[in-house]
Amino acid sequence: MRFQIYRYDPESGAAPRMQSYTLDFDPRGRKVLDALMALKELDETLAFRRSCREGVCGSDAVNVNGRNVLACVTPLAGLREPIVVRPLPRLPVIRDLIVDMAQFFQHYRAVKPYLINLDPEPENERLQSPAERAELDGLWECILCGCCTTACPSFWWNPERFLGPAALMQGYRFIADSRDQATDERLDYLEDPYRLFRCHGIMNCVEVCPKGLNPTAAIGKIKALLVKRAF
Amino acid sequence: MIPKRTFDAVIVGGGGAGLRSALQLAQADLKVAVLSKVFPTRSHTVSAQGGITAALANVSEDNWHWHMYDTVKGSDYLGDQDAIEFMCRNAPAAVYELEHMGLPFSRLDNGKIYQRPFGGQSKEYGGEQAVRTCAAADRTGHALLHTLYQRNIAARTQFFDEFFALDLVRDDEGYILGVVALEIESGEAWLFEARATLLATGGAARIFRHSTNAHINTGDGLGMVLRAGLPLEDMEFWQFHPTGIPEVGSLITEGVRGEGGYLINKEGEAFMTRYAPHARDLASRDVVSRAIAQEIQAGRGCGEHGDYVHLKIDHIGADRIKERLPGIRELSMQFAGVDPCEAPIPVTPTAHYMMGGIPSNLHGQVVAPVRYGPEEPVPGLYAVGECACVSVHGANRLGGNSLLDLVVFGRAAGLHMVEYLAENPFPRPVPQEAVDRVLARLARWDRPGDERVAQVRLEMQKIMQAHCGVYRNAALLQSGIDKLNDVEARLERAGLTDRSRVFNTARLEALELENLLPIARATLVSALARQESRGAHSREDFPQRDDDHWLRHTLYSLRDDPLDYKPVRLKPLTVDTFQPKARTY
Repeated sequence: MRFQIYRYDPESGAAPRMQSYTLDFDPRGRKVLDALMALKELDETLAFRRSCREGVCGSDAVNVNGRNVLACVTPLAGLREPIVVRPLPRLPVIRDLIVDMAQFFQHYRAVKPYLINLDPEPENERLQSPAERAELDGLWECILCGCCTTACPSFWWNPERFLGPAALMQGYRFIADSRDQATDERLDYLEDPYRLFRCHGIMNCVEVCPKGLNPTAAIGKIKALLVKRAF
Repeated sequence: MIPKRTFDAVIVGGGGAGLRSALQLAQADLKVAVLSKVFPTRSHTVSAQGGITAALANVSEDNWHWHMYDTVKGSDYLGDQDAIEFMCRNAPAAVYELEHMGLPFSRLDNGKIYQRPFGGQSKEYGGEQAVRTCAAADRTGHALLHTLYQRNIAARTQFFDEFFALDLVRDDEGYILGVVALEIESGEAWLFEARATLLATGGAARIFRHSTNAHINTGDGLGMVLRAGLPLEDMEFWQFHPTGIPEVGSLITEGVRGEGGYLINKEGEAFMTRYAPHARDLASRDVVSRAIAQEIQAGRGCGEHGDYVHLKIDHIGADRIKERLPGIRELSMQFAGVDPCEAPIPVTPTAHYMMGGIPSNLHGQVVAPVRYGPEEPVPGLYAVGECACVSVHGANRLGGNSLLDLVVFGRAAGLHMVEYLAENPFPRPVPQEAVDRVLARLARWDRPGDERVAQVRLEMQKIMQAHCGVYRNAALLQSGIDKLNDVEARLERAGLTDRSRVFNTARLEALELENLLPIARATLVSALARQESRGAHSREDFPQRDDDHWLRHTLYSLRDDPLDYKPVRLKPLTVDTFQPKARTY
């Protein structure tokens, strides 16, 4: 199999380049991460992140043939060769396929991604009906891999000011939680021409989410709540 | 001198245990740093699926004492009953606390937390199946880890993401004064000075070729403890989860069987009725794994090579599968090429969980046989979670008890550290030699060598897979040790072709292998010595449990493999001892 992989070594002083590799590899049942690991056995200097290797930890998001994916759940079979692997777009590259996610996580922290409920805690659990709990489905499963946010043209334009689909969806995850009491405060923060309203419904986020989630829908619900609140 | 940061407490590891302890300390207004070699939500807790066990009695009658009985029995009586009582008694409060933190548990119609049946759970001390495992669909670990991380954001815990702890810093009197850690991005070593250090570095099943564990599960805390001259406990006990996807290793939760799934062999027979007539597919994991191994051995395995069995779940209906087991469906389609709504999932016993680890007590203090007794606390050192051995899991862990272990003992350790820090308000001087020793170990990887780290690691994994699996015997284990000696020699000769500083993952893997190898050795040596079968440790040459000689914990230390032993704590805190008896399901 033929690969072209983005290489950048900050210590060398050289500009980033694409490096070609050939690998004698049976792609059946194997994933892009398997190939990257096999390549690393040949060339120890190739650097990438990985952890769970089963699509739940979000470490190994990369851009393969132009699409943001998790390397560990992306089958090699069916990919056009040479398979082009690049770091996620628009984030600073630390080395090879490893990007600096600081901006991404700063936006995540900005939406106060935790339950706010100031009532005294009951002795047992707070009750939540299955219907109320169902409102969280499709939101809480986000693994913070960054595939969506780094595929978003609005984020490319305004990475410092637009929160991006991942952070916005986590913002909505708490607005949607029947146990949370800070909806107004959360909406106040989000009601901003950049933080929220740079989302123009391009839907790249939905297209690439490796967990099949729909950030655009969540953002739409935030907007709807803002409209409702205005009247 | 390397750059230094000073905190009240340093926590190594950003999984469930580390984050729960960190939260306790941050809420007490102490200066706490969490060092994690990956961004915290990449930790392996995220992969836990089925749930967290607590006797909430939301679905059927239950109480913590039944949970305690099941856990003692599940441990094959090797678990310490004081710690087990502590965990089971505190379980409901721990789960309610997680719910209050915001964990999105699945719900019952009455709005309470959803619970599902899991293996080894019973009512009335071995009676009917209990329904005790609290779940957020089949992504409970994800929900738990993210919730704890979020609470730590709220509590303003200070995170050092992508810092790899190299070694403990210890003074001549045995006090632990912090760690030296590698900032992965810059390649620089830092000294993290703290009056209390907590290890929460997780498991090490990457010593095996096939494992459900993440790549990062390399037992770093265990390596650090061994190099500090402290022992590891019960390292012969590794849980082989009955249902891992063959070759790939990905876990298929016990919750599949809890929701009504069952195992079948190539003849379509639901064979567990022969091995565990009462509990069947929800017998303890060691029992089910041995049953599968025997079916495969007897030629009743499925597939071309007959090396796996099938897990059937389609009969509960596609809707329930999609609601209760969405993550399993995804994994099964991605890694086994099977939609469980239509066809059974291929599964085989796969290395999953380390019951042994760093000896600790129920305050999370690391204990070692020094000075006055077998369990003297090491001042300033704590360990919690899979890396620790309290021991609540004994010779075999019950499903749903590991997430519980993390939060119950994470909280207990945090509370004890707050006290310890108040009693020890002044930092002790860090001896320069202690730091230099660590830097020398790091510098060793600047040396060229003709062996490659990846090959050495693979060789170790093959040895462990072949010589230390579900069934063991003396000859197999001894030849495993002999082969491992060669591998250790090869590691000595290994060198890196990448000697850069910035995000050098090759160097990281070399340092991780330095942690894995002594763990592999501890496992083989401890397993060879234990001449009985108990829980997950099945010796073909000693098929019976032997309480007269072996109702005791193994202690392994680095130098020349001397083994030591200490008694099992059979006396609970307040209730009567569950006396060892024959274990059937």
